[in-house]
Amino acid sequence: MAALVIAEHDNASLKGATFNTVTAALACGGEVHVLVAGENAAAVAQAAAQVQGVSMVLHADSPALGTQLAENVAAQVLALAGGYSHILFPATSSGRNVAPRVAAKLDVAQLSDVTKVLGADTFERPIYAGNAIATVQSADAVKVITVRTTGFDAAPAVGGSAAIETMAAVADSGKSAFVGRELTKSDRPELTAARIIVSGGRALGSAEKFTQVLTPLADKLGAALGASRAAVDAGYAPNDWQVGQTGKIVAPTLYIACGISGAIQHLAGMKDSKVIVAINKDPEAPIFSVADYALEADLFGVIPELVAQL
Amino acid sequence: MKILVPVKRVVDYNVKVRVKSDGSGMDLAGVKMSMNPFDEIAVEEAVRLKEKGVATEVIVVSCGASACQETLRTALAIGADRAILVETPNDPSFELQPLAVAKILKALIDKEQPGLVILGKQAIDDDNNQTGQMLAALADLPQATFASKVEVLEGKAKVTREVDGGLETVEVTLPAVVTTDLRLNEPRYVTLPNIMKAKKKPMETIKPADLGVDVAPRIKTVKVEEPPKRGAGVKVPDVATLVDKLKNEAKVI
Repeated sequence: MAALVIAEHDNASLKGATFNTVTAALACGGEVHVLVAGENAAAVAQAAAQVQGVSMVLHADSPALGTQLAENVAAQVLALAGGYSHILFPATSSGRNVAPRVAAKLDVAQLSDVTKVLGADTFERPIYAGNAIATVQSADAVKVITVRTTGFDAAPAVGGSAAIETMAAVADSGKSAFVGRELTKSDRPELTAARIIVSGGRALGSAEKFTQVLTPLADKLGAALGASRAAVDAGYAPNDWQVGQTGKIVAPTLYIACGISGAIQHLAGMKDSKVIVAINKDPEAPIFSVADYALEADLFGVIPELVAQL
Repeated sequence: MKILVPVKRVVDYNVKVRVKSDGSGMDLAGVKMSMNPFDEIAVEEAVRLKEKGVATEVIVVSCGASACQETLRTALAIGADRAILVETPNDPSFELQPLAVAKILKALIDKEQPGLVILGKQAIDDDNNQTGQMLAALADLPQATFASKVEVLEGKAKVTREVDGGLETVEVTLPAVVTTDLRLNEPRYVTLPNIMKAKKKPMETIKPADLGVDVAPRIKTVKVEEPPKRGAGVKVPDVATLVDKLKNEAKVI
């Protein structure tokens, strides 16, 4: 049986999370097909066909799919679901939105945030804010899965030559409508895909200080900026910068935590980073228990110094 | 209109839980339990909608062992009007999974006909983030997940959602299912007089079988383990040493 990957895209380009999901799908054992559901998304279908390991791309195009409303995308996936043993979504906000809807309609359980594929029906996933890893086995005929992208390498974007098949798009459900989108403007690398992340906490004190202190460091390193929940709640940084159990899960090569105490909910989002640096003036801060390099100092003094020495 | 709010009893978010040494699950004996934080936000939102005159009644429901009554009483103290406990066996080895909960809630929607169902976006124990979406699918209702703002208009709800990259606004036809994100509101503290009043509010107990729902788990937990430990780190005395270590030892910059 084959696996179906639901592509994450913005109608213009294929998003990074899709490549990691393809790798997870290949680990399930069969052929891998990709569904591109969107509006004027032919370029995305082309890009999906190039991904190594993908043997077919299904492309459904209509205005009803352009904004990725859960009701419509789920209906599109269900139109195909009969032919697949595994249906995989990246565990992004849109994948998490749609996948359980598909699973419930198929009357199967869903496996969330899978970090490892141990066999066609056995998987690993973190629970309790990453404080435990559960090995779970699904008894259902179809496995509906969301893939934690940091658990899998990205499939190469070139080297594949899948056929693209156009499929009929489903009708609009009429029950929901897209009103608008307000995206945070940023020239920086995307948080979940960045190689280096500079992250700030409540100790920064204000939105101005957050920008003033952390931006030069992020610029110097070509890093993405992240934040703890405390910093986001205090209004120092936008919501979608939040790293943690309820925000983004990241695993960069280097994570620099500045003025972050390290609550379990924050650690759940970053403790798989390759190297962790913590800068905090509190010697008791829990962040030091996961840090590879710990600098116990006032961040306002040492961060400019760090920028100067890089 | 009625609002239905499902709430879950979970390990308190401040507790650092441990894996049982036999790998069968988490050690929850004697651990402090609380209402799932996202569900508190859901109850608060429903009560605010009632205070604004949008809702006429707020019904809270919890599925699980009899101890969930405590969680329902907390919701009643926040301001919900009545509670339903869907009681499952008091057996720690029995696992109630999102699909089963969604089916129970679907049956309650059929019975109570709420105009809106508000759930938390995820429970902090199983971290699934599924139940709201599954319920919307089973009841054939539109969904607005990860809500940071909810406005109820004539026959519709306009919901701002927290998505990767920023915010998105959708309009859903009522009845609908909404799941709450962290920044939707700040739940109120329950006061002693309200706790006393909550004791007098009605609480009905039913069984999943009364609703005709099969709650058998579909996913089997084979084992639960501690995550791999990170090696002990080193303390660096100054910035120069840090830069040197990052360049020459870790080779990450």
